[in-house]
Amino acid sequence: MKILYFAWIRERTGIAQEEVDLPGEIKTVEGFLNWLKTRGEEFDYALENPSAVRVALDREHCSDFSQPLAGVNEIALFPPMTGG
Amino acid sequence: MPTSPKGPIVRIQSDDFDTAQILKRATRDRPNVGAVVTFTGLCRDEGGKLAALELEHYASMAEAEIKRIATRAYDHWPLDQLIVIHRYGKIAPGENIVLVIATSSHRQAAFEAASYLMDYLKTNAPFWKKEHHKDGTSDEWVEATDKDDKALERWKEI
Repeated sequence: MKILYFAWIRERTGIAQEEVDLPGEIKTVEGFLNWLKTRGEEFDYALENPSAVRVALDREHCSDFSQPLAGVNEIALFPPMTGG
Repeated sequence: MPTSPKGPIVRIQSDDFDTAQILKRATRDRPNVGAVVTFTGLCRDEGGKLAALELEHYASMAEAEIKRIATRAYDHWPLDQLIVIHRYGKIAPGENIVLVIATSSHRQAAFEAASYLMDYLKTNAPFWKKEHHKDGTSDEWVEATDKDDKALERWKEI
């Protein structure tokens, strides 16, 4: 699975993108976020405020974190957007 | 009579754009167009303290997401053309950040579509602004505001 990080979430994790093998028991976005937090204090810090974390699956916004990850190739994590 | 464009035009670029030139092209040989709304978003200097804005973006998603937003507008209002240009990278005060041009036979569709586009770009286009300060204090990410989320409420039916 390709994981991308943007803005201050990228700064906190210290990486812009990575390839990871997700443990088989991770089925949903929520499960993925919970697992990610356990990977180290930089990830825990990046995700410390769940209401400030936005998720895109294969370049589409995901607003329901119970959504399954089956078939997904790319997960992006970022703070609320400030474009325009 | 020129055929109508097939859908919105979306460009994501680091280079600046020339609003007048794009506008001229958008309305050339379009005798059915009676209304053009142009919105240009510029970089403010925040009372003189801002040296530059740095716009980070999720390149592969930005174009797709803005196309989704623009296509909803294009399908909803009777538009002739809908053009969106969004810049990324380092932008100095006074420079352009974003351009939306909506053309239509009548003004209401053009006004509303441009407004809809901007409201959704603010909250859904994967861009993040970072402020670089003139006085050398540490760079700061711009925070999203509730006001921007609330602005979407009027478009609930679309």
